[in-house]
Amino acid sequence: MPQIIKDGVIVDDTWQRLDAEALAALQALPDGPVIVPLAYWQAHRESLKARGDVGVCLEPGEEPAALADDFAALPLVAINFPAFKDGRGYSYARELRTRYGFKGEVRAVGDVLRDQLFYMQRVGFNAFVIRADRDIHDALNGLRDFSVTYQGDVNDPRPIYRRH
Amino acid sequence: MYVYRPHDKQLLSERVAQFRDQTRRYLDGQLSNDEFLPLRLQNGLYIQRYAPMLRVSVPYGMLSSTQLRMLGRIAREWDKGYAHVSTRQNIQYNWPDLEDVPDILAALAEVEMHAIQTSGNCIRNVTTDEFAGINAAEIEDPRPWCEIIRQWATFNPEFAYLPRKFKIAVNAVPDADPALIGVHDIGVQVVHRDGETGFRVLAGGGLGRTPMVGEVIGDFVPWPHLLSYLEAILRVYNKYGNRDNKYKARIKILVKALGAEKFRALTEAEFAELKDGPMTLTADEVDTMRGHFSTPAYDTALGQRPAALEEALASNKAFNRWFHTNVTAHRQPGYAAVTLTLKKTGRAPGDITDEELDAVADLAETYSFAEARTTHQQNIVLGDVRQDQLFPLWEKLDALGFATPNLKLLTDMIACPGGDFCSLANAKSIPIAEAIQRHFDDMDYLHDLGPIDVNISGCMNACGHHHIGHIGILGVDKKGREYYQITLGGRGDKVSKIGEKLGPSFDADQVVPVIARLVDLYVEQRKPDELFVDTYERLGIEPFKERAYATDH
Repeated sequence: MPQIIKDGVIVDDTWQRLDAEALAALQALPDGPVIVPLAYWQAHRESLKARGDVGVCLEPGEEPAALADDFAALPLVAINFPAFKDGRGYSYARELRTRYGFKGEVRAVGDVLRDQLFYMQRVGFNAFVIRADRDIHDALNGLRDFSVTYQGDVNDPRPIYRRH
Repeated sequence: MYVYRPHDKQLLSERVAQFRDQTRRYLDGQLSNDEFLPLRLQNGLYIQRYAPMLRVSVPYGMLSSTQLRMLGRIAREWDKGYAHVSTRQNIQYNWPDLEDVPDILAALAEVEMHAIQTSGNCIRNVTTDEFAGINAAEIEDPRPWCEIIRQWATFNPEFAYLPRKFKIAVNAVPDADPALIGVHDIGVQVVHRDGETGFRVLAGGGLGRTPMVGEVIGDFVPWPHLLSYLEAILRVYNKYGNRDNKYKARIKILVKALGAEKFRALTEAEFAELKDGPMTLTADEVDTMRGHFSTPAYDTALGQRPAALEEALASNKAFNRWFHTNVTAHRQPGYAAVTLTLKKTGRAPGDITDEELDAVADLAETYSFAEARTTHQQNIVLGDVRQDQLFPLWEKLDALGFATPNLKLLTDMIACPGGDFCSLANAKSIPIAEAIQRHFDDMDYLHDLGPIDVNISGCMNACGHHHIGHIGILGVDKKGREYYQITLGGRGDKVSKIGEKLGPSFDADQVVPVIARLVDLYVEQRKPDELFVDTYERLGIEPFKERAYATDH
């Protein structure tokens, strides 16, 4: 089974992520936890909500506002980074946590690399699917690059001058 | 200036370790060029024409003597014996080896310096007036606000992968723009209203390919909400800025595309959520920051214009001339700010050698509370000099070649490193600057002309700020040959204003004669005490165009 980093440790990944193309080729949604694109979620919203094991993947340009009424029914929101340099997902993750108070899993998928993980966890990601050609054990070290941060974040909103 | 606390030092040492490991992984082949690129850029490291270029951060231009000596040591040990003051008040090295950069960063960290976010698509070094804290015209010292912004911006996790670079400047002088806030991604103007401090916040200014002056987005943001407001703007930009085309990715393009009204509405919506949240500043926190920029131990018994100064002014013509160009009034009676011009003919504007850095460190210790400042005009300021010490200081500066009395005059040019160093450049800048300096070598004539800002960029990226020069010179490439386009009427003095293109570009050897003709026209047409740029504004571009392209001259 593939592995991911979740809550600071390496664990087996029980979720299956299906893109639009994969979904189109299927007769019905498979059993077990699945992650679907936003458009698919919106088209089959009521039945997917009822399942309780369906997560949604947001692409750059798809804001969390699109899920504003659905968070109670969502166990997981994934945010895709088609390229690691596209930073929109950082603002989306932060919004998920601070604006919508989303408590479920926020998962970074796509071009997810060690040197971005420290920032990603600070804006609210708690799960990372490391790019397949990279060593997940090495990537885990990226979560510990710094012991000091100046500004507050999703995990601790206090700036440093309020933490001492 | 801001003195590091243990956590600041800890952060820097962890950064050095992180970058050392990233460099190792890159050299081992574990990181591709593309993956290493944003990592090294956010550590100020470019791959340039001949070697990497390392840009060292100088927050708001403030440097201690200890830091100046370390900058000299780095120039000596890891570079070719000199450094360069950039238009963002940073210090650049043109010849380090990639393998040495982690060691250079470790050396910088020893003196509370770094290269964090001096490049890359993140929030860059915050800048302000080089006379901040000593300028009699400012309503309060802007540097504590700069430091508050610096700490918020440093490794801000949400804004490390923005669509493009992002520059913030703060100004506390009313009715003038010495920090060039009009041409920054965000410009913050400190204002007082009904006894309360707040900020007029501009967004969407910038130079480069599409120069624009920023729009007022927040008319009066009360001081506790400074960071929340900035964060709101950054979040709007991060979400909606263009990422498809790097030439259309700056916030100025977004503000223009949406219109200021729509941009303001989006910002207000984000701000509504953040306002009064954990980012809200308290009076105690601001006071603590102010404490880092406390007034030096001035001698408060001093009067203005002591006898020693008056005597020297009366008896020494060269000193007198320098005093009237390179010495700036100070808010503290009996003191003055002195600008060391790094604009010696034959030397690239802003370049300074290792020995000179040491010498400036010594002079700062003797004459200016061991502090100096870099300026966006690529000079160095000793900010707190006793007026009765100006003459002995001048003698030493003169011996070192820093007393060229040309501050703000035509030969005090801003010039980017250009095609001699920069791989982005289309044309050379330094030889053009030198040709102008060689032609206009008569100091009496330069003083007669009065202040003229000449700004030279080697390409559209506008590192030499050519758009805001009274005379701007832009290097362009046409079919593999270097040409120069002239703009007139830009301003980076009282206000920020974008210059107008004069017309078709010129060959390199035409630049000096054209400038000479433009200056001649000014001399013929000026009213008493009228600046070049004011004569230009009064007459309009046509007569200048006619003269520049006249063939019978």
